[in-house]
Parts: sequence; C-alpha cells; structure tokens
Amino acid sequence: MKLKGILLWLAAPVVAAVAAGVISSIALLLSGNSPADAYNAMWDYVSTADSVVVVINKAIPYYVAACAVAIGFKMNLFNIGVDGQYRLAALFAAAFGAAISAPAVIHVSLILLVAMLVGGGYAAIPGALRVTRGVNEVVSTIMLNFVATGITAYLLTRWRNPAVPLQAETKPLPASGRIPPLNGFLEHFGYHLPAGTLLSGFLPIAVLVGVAFYVIIYRTRFGFDLRNSGRNPDAARSSGVSPKAMILRTMILSGIVAGLAGMSPLLTEFFKYGDTFPTAIGFTGLAVALLGRNNPAGIGIAALVWAGIERAAQVLPQVGVPQEIGQIIQGTLLLSAVIAFEVVRRYRLQLLVRDAAAKTAAERTERTPMMPAVTT
Amino acid sequence: MTATTTTPVEAPAPLRGIGRIRDEIERNKRLRIACLITLGIGALSMARVIADAPGLTAGTTFVSAIGLASPILLAGLGGLVSERSGIINIGLEGMMIMGTWFAGWAGYEYGPWWALFFGAFGGMLAGLLHAVATITFGIDQIVSGVAINLIAPGVARFLASEVFVGKADGSITQSPTMPHGIGHFTVPGLSDLFDRINKHEWFFISDVAGLLYGITTDVAYSTMLAWAMLPIFAYILWRTAFGLRLRSAGEKPSAADSLGVSVYRMRYLGVMISGALAGLGGAWLALDIRAYNQGQTAGRGFQGLAAMIFGNWRPGGLGLGAGLFAYAQAISLRTDANTAVLGLLLLAAFAFSVVALVLAIRRRIPPAIGLGVVGMASFYYYAITEQLSNQFVFITPYVVTLLVLAVASQRLRPPMAEGKPWFKGQSE
Repeated sequence: MKLKGILLWLAAPVVAAVAAGVISSIALLLSGNSPADAYNAMWDYVSTADSVVVVINKAIPYYVAACAVAIGFKMNLFNIGVDGQYRLAALFAAAFGAAISAPAVIHVSLILLVAMLVGGGYAAIPGALRVTRGVNEVVSTIMLNFVATGITAYLLTRWRNPAVPLQAETKPLPASGRIPPLNGFLEHFGYHLPAGTLLSGFLPIAVLVGVAFYVIIYRTRFGFDLRNSGRNPDAARSSGVSPKAMILRTMILSGIVAGLAGMSPLLTEFFKYGDTFPTAIGFTGLAVALLGRNNPAGIGIAALVWAGIERAAQVLPQVGVPQEIGQIIQGTLLLSAVIAFEVVRRYRLQLLVRDAAAKTAAERTERTPMMPAVTT
Repeated sequence: MTATTTTPVEAPAPLRGIGRIRDEIERNKRLRIACLITLGIGALSMARVIADAPGLTAGTTFVSAIGLASPILLAGLGGLVSERSGIINIGLEGMMIMGTWFAGWAGYEYGPWWALFFGAFGGMLAGLLHAVATITFGIDQIVSGVAINLIAPGVARFLASEVFVGKADGSITQSPTMPHGIGHFTVPGLSDLFDRINKHEWFFISDVAGLLYGITTDVAYSTMLAWAMLPIFAYILWRTAFGLRLRSAGEKPSAADSLGVSVYRMRYLGVMISGALAGLGGAWLALDIRAYNQGQTAGRGFQGLAAMIFGNWRPGGLGLGAGLFAYAQAISLRTDANTAVLGLLLLAAFAFSVVALVLAIRRRIPPAIGLGVVGMASFYYYAITEQLSNQFVFITPYVVTLLVLAVASQRLRPPMAEGKPWFKGQSE
C-alpha cells in the first residue's frame, strides 16, 4: 500500500511530462524538425552552469507570484489579480525607493514594505467586495488587473524620469536601494560562479517567503483555519471561524506576497519601473502554482521547470527550430498536469471508498459470522 | 389556508399621476428600456452641451463604437452560451487569440469570408480543449480557462513562426496583409441626413442623429454579422427546444438528465459554440486591420466576460455592456479625447449623484453616502481640471462593471449549476 501510494504520487507528474513531451514532439514533427535533436540541444544548453544561474534568477519572481496565488487557493480563493497587484506594487515601490535616501538595509526594507502594503491594499479591494457585497473574486480581480494597467500607465506619466524624455519609466533606484548579487557572498565560501553571471540577491528572500508560507499555512492556528475554511466552510464556521474575516485576511496576505513578486526584477536587475519591466509575472505565477500543486516545495520545482523550459528554448533558433516550441511545452505540461492531478485524485478517492467498504464488510463478517459478507 | 383561499382578491386601487406612470414603467419592460435609453441619451447630450465636447455624441464616435463593440459582443455571447450550459469560460481571451490567427491566415489565403469561417473554427478548437478538460475530466473550470489563456498565445506564436515567417509582410508577430478587406455598407441618403442634423448640435436631436449616423454609415459586414448574432442567440437560447435543454444543463443538470437531456452533449455544444463565437470576435479584429497581429485581442475576451456579467447573463444587458466598453474605447481613440473625457467625467458625476439620490430615497443610506461622496468628488475634479488622461477612459468600463457588481450583486443571477463539474449518476 505504501509503495502504491508513492507510485500514485509520482504518476501524475510523470504522465504529465510524458504527455507534454509527446504532444510537443508531434508539433515538432509536423513542422519538419527532429524532436530528439531539439530536446538534446535544449538539455545541453540548460544544463550549463551559466544557464543554471539564469534559470534560478528567472524562477524567483515566478516562485513568489505562485506563492501568492497558492495562498488564495488554499482556501478556494482565486486571486487572478496577482498580476495587477505586483505591477502596481512595483511601480509604487520604485517611485518611493527613488525618492527617499536611507542606509542600505533600511532603504531596501522600506521599499519591500511599500510593495507589500500596496499589494496587500490592492488585494483588499476584491476581498472587501467579496465579503460585503458577495462579488466573486475571480471577476473582480480580472477587472482590477485592467484598472491597475490604467493606473500604472497614468502614474508613469506623472512620476516619469525627466532625464529620459522618450521612455516612460521611474527614476533609477540609488545604490543603497538595490540588493547586490550573491556572487561575493558565495566567494567567501570559495564557490565561484561562472564569469559574467550574477545570482540574484533576492534568492534568500524568496526562500524566506516559501518558509513563511509553509509555517503560516501548515504550522499555525491561522493556517489551519484557513485550510479548513477552504475545504469545508460549514465545518469551519461551526468551529467558530468567521468565513468573512478569513476571506479578507487571506486575500490581503496573498496580495502582500504578490507585492513582493516584482521585487526581484526591480531590486536586482532593472532598478526602475517602466515599459521594459517584465509583465505577466502574475499569470505565470498562476500556472506555476497549479503545476506545483499549491505547496511551497512543489511550487519551487515548478518554478524552476518553467524557467528552465523558457531558458532552454532560447537555444532552439540555433538548431533551426522555432523558439516558440518552449511555450507549447509549457502549455501542454500545465494542462496535462492539471488533468493528471485531477484524475489521480479521483482514483485515490475511489480506492479510499473501496478500502473502507472492504473493511466494514470484513468487520461485519467477523462480528456476525452467520451473516454473508456484503459485497459491492 | 382555507380562509385565505376564500378571501376575494382585492383589486389594487387605480393609481393616478406619477404613481400611475411609475407603475406602468415597472410593468412594461419595453417601455422601461425605452425610458432608460432616452434618459441616457439625454444625459449624454447635457454633458456634451455643458462641457462643450461635441466629440461625445459625434457621428464618428458612434461609427467606431458600433464597430468596436463587435468583438466584445461576440466574446460576451460566447461566454453566455457556455455559462448557460453550466461551464464557466475564463478562456474566452485565449479562444479569441486562436480566432485572430486562423482568420489572419485564411484571410490572406482565401479572402475575408473564409477568415470569418476559419476564425470561428480556430476558436472552436480551443473551446473543444476546454470542453474535454472540464466536462470529460472534470477539472476546475477556472483552472482550465486560465490554462487556455496561457497556452493560446504560445500556440499562435508557434503557428505564426511556421506559417507567416518568410512571407511578404509576414513575421512571427503578424500575418501577411489580406489582399481584400471585408466590405462596408452605408445607407445612401439617410447617412448624409443624419450627419447634417448631427452637426447642428441641437440638444438631444443631434445626439440621436449621431447614433443613427453610426448605425447607417460605413458598417462592416463583419460588424453586421456580430450584431445579428445577439437576437439570433437570444432566440435560440430562450425560444427553442435546444436552448431550453442547454439552459437546463446549466441550471439543474440532474433534472435535465432525468428528462432525457444529454447533459454532456449540451455542455460540449455550449462550450464549442462559445469558442466559435469568441473566435469570430477574433476574426473581426483580424479583418479590421486586414492582418493577424500578436496581442491584438488586448483583453477583449475579458471585456466580453465583464459585459456578460454586467448584463446579468442575459443578451440585452450583454449588448448594453459591450456598447459601454466600445463607447469608452471610441472616445479615447478620438483626437479631441481630452475634452470628451472631461465631458464623460461630468456625466459620471451626474450619474453617481442620481444613483446616490435614488438609494437615499430607498433608505439604503451607507451606499448612498458613499456614492454621493464619489459624485461630489467627481464634480470637484471636473471643476478644477483642464485635461484628463486617456487612462481614465480606459478603466471606466471596468470600474463601472465593478460598481454594478458591488451595488447589484444580490440581484444578479448566474446559472445555478455553473462552475460545478457534473457526472452522470452523481448526486448534486
């Protein structure tokens, strides 16, 4: 039974990966390319030390955004608004960080604080609408993503850097407001990263987010209530948990984490918010959260896989294959993973029911040996 | 119980004056809609005169608004058909993207009418994917929709890299330009007449003429098709046996199943028709610029979804919602957008104040005070500003949808079984 459990646990991701590989191979064959060559080139490229650093850097914002989404999912809340929340938070944080001066650690902390406040505050709107007016959060967060687009575009015209009149972007952060790469820190321990690569200094903060996510959701009373409200709202209510307060708190917590999602690019790479700032991190976060089954470790793997495919696909044009096959792989992986998880979940439920039925039947025969066993 | 049944029903006392008019309006739906439209145009006209912003009801504004409403309308209808069958469709945007690619390809290969056909086909393929995932495998409908939105741009880009790259004007982000666009139609005589009346800037009359000018001038055949779909699907869904079966699958699938309706088939059809309609909306966009262009849907699938919710899962309200989105877009595209936007702000200030007043009369004090404050703030902002950014127009329809949801969410009625996976033989 134990072995069967492990096999079942492994089945979904393996099936999903195989399905994604097969479908992508078909797409490659149809476009007249050899799947084997393409996959080999991708693997050779992504397994170099340079690529590993790049993949980790790419994965960090995805990971944080996915954590934000997953916190909502834990109580059946769909925070599709992570995208708007992180963009708004990044803009405010960038403008604030460029406007103040402070010693390094304090400066960065204040920027992070502003991002968390803006993200949490913006996520409080759909939370409040849901609690007071019964507005579905899926719909309201979709609307608020567009509203955020409008607000950021407007604020960028107000807060833009006058030194670069052709670009709509904020003033760059001063050095004290930036997080230095981890290269120097690793060199202390005699570990040298390949020349020309910078490992994002946001990595420890992202790990911290993951740990905090785990501790809060799985190891505190609040997290217990949160998961219970998601699984069985009625049971949670009768145990004295106010569903409304939980919804509002969860949305705000999700928004706070969402606010941090844009901080890795802002504080370690771009140092300003503008037209070139990465977009759609929130939507990638949704995909990564679904792929990672909403738990902190799974999301970590999923974020690395997602970023890895993105990086690996960049080599494809060199072997004459369209780079976009990477997006096909990601998409099919996501959809087949979601389907595989659901099928396995249902199969497990069936097994559970069958086991329970068999057990009760066995018990009955033990107690009353004269009665024939009930078979299903 | 017996006492009440024997008591004769007392006829209501005949009402007089305003009470009677109000009663009549409440009873007669057509009259109510006519009143609303008259009020709307009147308010718009007033805002135009006070803010001196002729762009608000210029004929050209309505020409572009009626066109721009088409893709939103089609996407919203797609959402309506799907959700009425019980499947939430967040993936409209992705289905629309598939529509734009297929339409771009078919448009330059075979011509504009094939672009419409293949656009619908492309959207339907994405709809089929959503149907398999949600109906056969029973995965969460929102998850599947989100996945489709993530997958579709990648698929379109991949297909573009395979098919469009290397052709004249073609690249990974766009298809070659279609040799022929779709035809446009202007009603001779009437169009000129309305244009002349519109230019006079008479109160109310010129504004109505502006709207009529929009309906009679330079209407693309694809736009006509889009608007024709609205009554067609209203008829199909509410006046045919098929429509009844489809809606019953979305309200109470087990009951429908017990009466011999195949819930699976209804839902598959609903989601595939939904995809086809969204794809048709994508085709409209491709035909509009005679090419597929990456990112040309620009959130219109979500706007369609918003319009449908705004319209309480009904075709009439959906049309109104799509019109609202398109009108805002048409305004922000004008060269004199800044004054027109100010006019809209004034209109919004009026609207907030009136709604606040109505709420106050109905003794719903907290929302009345809230809206009243917003209204006053809008008046104040109107008085102190000279120019207003386009971005405010961009967000207006979304904010209005949010407000409608916030104020009327208790009165909205989505299909009862939507969002829940259903399997034959399973109790609800």
